[in-house]
Amino acid sequence: MNATPIIIIGNGIAGITTARHIRKKSNKPILIISKESKYFFSRTALMYVYMGHLKWEHTQPYESHFWKKNKLNLLQETVTNIDSENKKITLSNESILTYDSLVLATGSIPNKFGWPGENHKGVQGLYSKQDIENLESLSASIQESVIVGGGLIGIELAEMLHSRGKKVTFLVREKSFWNNVLPKQESKIINEHILSHGIDLRLDTSLEEIIADENGRVKLVRTDKGDLISCQFVGLTAGVKPNIEFVKQTNIATNRGVLVNKYLETNQPDVYAIGDCAEQKEPQPGRRSIEAVWYTGRMMGETLAQTLTGTKTEYNPGNWFNSAKFFDIEYQTYGLVSAHPEDNEKHFHWKHSAKDLAITIAYNKETYEFLGINTFGIRMRHEIFEQILYHKRTLFHVAEHLKDCNFDPEFFNSYEEEIITKFNLEFKTKLKLKRKSWSRIFNSKLMKS
Amino acid sequence: MKKLQQLGLGIFVIGLALFSFLMFLGSYNLSNKQFQKIIESKRIKSEIFTGKIKSKIVDKEFSSSFEISEIIINSLKESNKIHKTNKEWNKVIYDKPHSFSYEILKVAGTGIIKENKVLFWLLTFGLGIFGSLLFIIPNLIILGPPGIKNNGIYFNSATNRGFLGWFVFIFLVVFYVLLYFYPDYIVNWTYIVDPISENLSGNPASQWFLYGFLYCTVMTVMAIRMYIKYRNNKYQILRTTSVWFFQIVFAFLIPEILVRFEKPWYDFKNAFPLDYDFFFSWNLNSLIDSGGFGLFILVWGIVLTLIIVPVMVYFFGKRWYCSWVCGCGGLAETLGDPFRHLSNKSIGAWKLERWLVHGVLVFSLLMTGFTLYSYFSGSQSVLGIKTQSIQNIYGFLIGSIFAGVIGTGFYPIFGNRVWCRFGCPLAAYLGLVQRFKSRFRITTNGGQCISCGNCSIYCEMGIDVRAYAQKGQDIVRSSCVGCGVCSAVCPRGVLKLENGPLENRTYAPEFPLGNSL
Repeated sequence: MNATPIIIIGNGIAGITTARHIRKKSNKPILIISKESKYFFSRTALMYVYMGHLKWEHTQPYESHFWKKNKLNLLQETVTNIDSENKKITLSNESILTYDSLVLATGSIPNKFGWPGENHKGVQGLYSKQDIENLESLSASIQESVIVGGGLIGIELAEMLHSRGKKVTFLVREKSFWNNVLPKQESKIINEHILSHGIDLRLDTSLEEIIADENGRVKLVRTDKGDLISCQFVGLTAGVKPNIEFVKQTNIATNRGVLVNKYLETNQPDVYAIGDCAEQKEPQPGRRSIEAVWYTGRMMGETLAQTLTGTKTEYNPGNWFNSAKFFDIEYQTYGLVSAHPEDNEKHFHWKHSAKDLAITIAYNKETYEFLGINTFGIRMRHEIFEQILYHKRTLFHVAEHLKDCNFDPEFFNSYEEEIITKFNLEFKTKLKLKRKSWSRIFNSKLMKS
Repeated sequence: MKKLQQLGLGIFVIGLALFSFLMFLGSYNLSNKQFQKIIESKRIKSEIFTGKIKSKIVDKEFSSSFEISEIIINSLKESNKIHKTNKEWNKVIYDKPHSFSYEILKVAGTGIIKENKVLFWLLTFGLGIFGSLLFIIPNLIILGPPGIKNNGIYFNSATNRGFLGWFVFIFLVVFYVLLYFYPDYIVNWTYIVDPISENLSGNPASQWFLYGFLYCTVMTVMAIRMYIKYRNNKYQILRTTSVWFFQIVFAFLIPEILVRFEKPWYDFKNAFPLDYDFFFSWNLNSLIDSGGFGLFILVWGIVLTLIIVPVMVYFFGKRWYCSWVCGCGGLAETLGDPFRHLSNKSIGAWKLERWLVHGVLVFSLLMTGFTLYSYFSGSQSVLGIKTQSIQNIYGFLIGSIFAGVIGTGFYPIFGNRVWCRFGCPLAAYLGLVQRFKSRFRITTNGGQCISCGNCSIYCEMGIDVRAYAQKGQDIVRSSCVGCGVCSAVCPRGVLKLENGPLENRTYAPEFPLGNSL
């Protein structure tokens, strides 16, 4: 086949989802270029490789014959330039390839804020396969570590280092962990949980300087409180930014990320950007212009594949959802729960008296419309909340149907009674829990949102 | 705490080493009186054999089981050869040579072990149990707060097919080979559990009693490990308690007590065709001969396989049997848990699995067909094939090599469910019901999967759970034993084992939830 291919730069979840869904509908030639690794792997699983739960090859969701069978050509190279006028790209080995369509799915790189000493040996972020390999090669020489930045990657890195017996000091600039996303009671649960694992969590503390020894290897960190912390490793986990350095020199418009419209099109014809590296010019209400999340990467890939196979489709990610795990506490969220509720948003909060279990339901205080839920240590059904949000159900509806919502494994203790008791007290209602209904659960599953 | 663990490990290794060394201790001296008793009870008519044994063994002292066993077996083979050439069929001894030798050694043993059974029990089982508990219990503190405890599994030589893994593999394989094929070599082991056996059934311990007791001990110790490791997960706690209970009570205590009351040894939960010799003529005869109770067992065995098993699979999936009741499953879920991630997840392995496990099912049914035909017609062979030979081949290849040597011996190499996945005919039967007519499935939670792969890796049956979860597809697979570990290890709360309506149980959306396409 000599037809010019669709070229996808980046083999993460966004790029690979695009390729898979194109292949479902069309036989167009596809070339996927990535320097990071030959085969697609799950970035979110890298932490488990360092912790010894998995091996590197287990992070690859498809066996190696999958790519050949689906005629998805892979090239392990770096792209250095894009000539969108002639529809050509240049590789680091100087060779030039022509594309039919070009998909930028280059992901992120860790933020660095020009901290003194941020390039010393033993200082790194946690994002790529190479980051994990670096960490592994340093691991034997690490006894003490400092992590800078209190987000999801920071807490994962803390768990990783802790699992290998390293002492971890966790510097978080905010007054409470992830409090720009989590309401304060929830953020507090996580603070306490981090401490209970023996992590030296230092809130409201910033990095001032990283100090190296005579060999250029980090030996000390100085904080804005003037503390000096001895360490052989510093993890910089203050967020990520789009990995688009090589795009900036081209005539593809960029801001923080590659700018795209609702159709994920850049300003250049037949060039698209998806996933972490894309910046929406007109994000949907309530949504950020760059969402560096696994799920949105996947959804952009699904959407773009429709466009590239002849059905021009707008990116419409639907209701927000996300999940994470903070050491032993699982977190799920459906809909929008603000960290600092404003306007008409109010919260109903329940926390177990002893265990790390909690839920927060956000609602509109005028209409009592359900806005979103955060859950800690209790699993909930995605489909049910999708339907609740779609039908704009009330807070009361959600409270009554908590048994439908629950997704914990069988025989787990259930807390719905406790939750509804507190709910009835607060709202002076007399709601009763409805029994779990398979027909409601299945209807929500089969319903297209 | 770590020191305590090391001490525990040390004590365990000493116990295990002593246990292994026991094979080489003690002496054997067969008195004429003992030999006469054997001749009578086994109705031996071969004067050549009795002559040989009398001249070579009786009233002589032997210090090794290997030596005395060799003489017995050679005598047996030589006398059989002569009788066969002379066509003196009633004089031929049809017993398996090593089993026959075992029976002689069992009575002929003398010396230190037989005289100090309790002491040696304490030095082997006792030290082993104490040491392993000392190793396991500190994990309550060392492993930290309740949660998933898989740190370092792929760094540990024992659980990552390293040197220790291979060592355990060789140890287990040798153990199973001795147990199944050379029981006379391990007769010393049976002495130390004689007191327990005598208290239960009234008889001295056979190698099968020893195995049953060891099985229960290992399961008990490793169940405690499960309670600690999975203390955050009630499903795992209940499931472990259930398999443990069924092993101790149904597979061990009840059968032994039945024997005490002169009833046939029977494990009420062991369903045909896993219990492959249920329809063998010796078993049918023994059941029929033991009156009303025997008939009850006969009816129960048939009802269990034909009605109870499929009906329960319809409601709960095959997990009710494989990971809540079954003895093989019980060992796999306790002793085997540290090795669960070693199962092969490739599509190739899945193909092999389907051929093998269904092949064994067909084989077991054919063999049973032959057996029943022979039983009712009285003819020794069907279509020119001897029923006895088919039974022997099945017993050797499937019953011993596959279920025992490979099934358990290969835990550290191929994971803990090799037998259940590739060989068990009952699992194949339950799997067919589960696949086509059951309320059981593993529900995938909308679009929450991040393809991390923990579910697939920790699936002991080698199911690539992630392949379904990342598509938002609910999972119905005939091999799934419902252990629930995929759901336990999922960091994002994506998987749940459920029994629900049959409609749409294999529901697969075009896109996982989240996208408004």
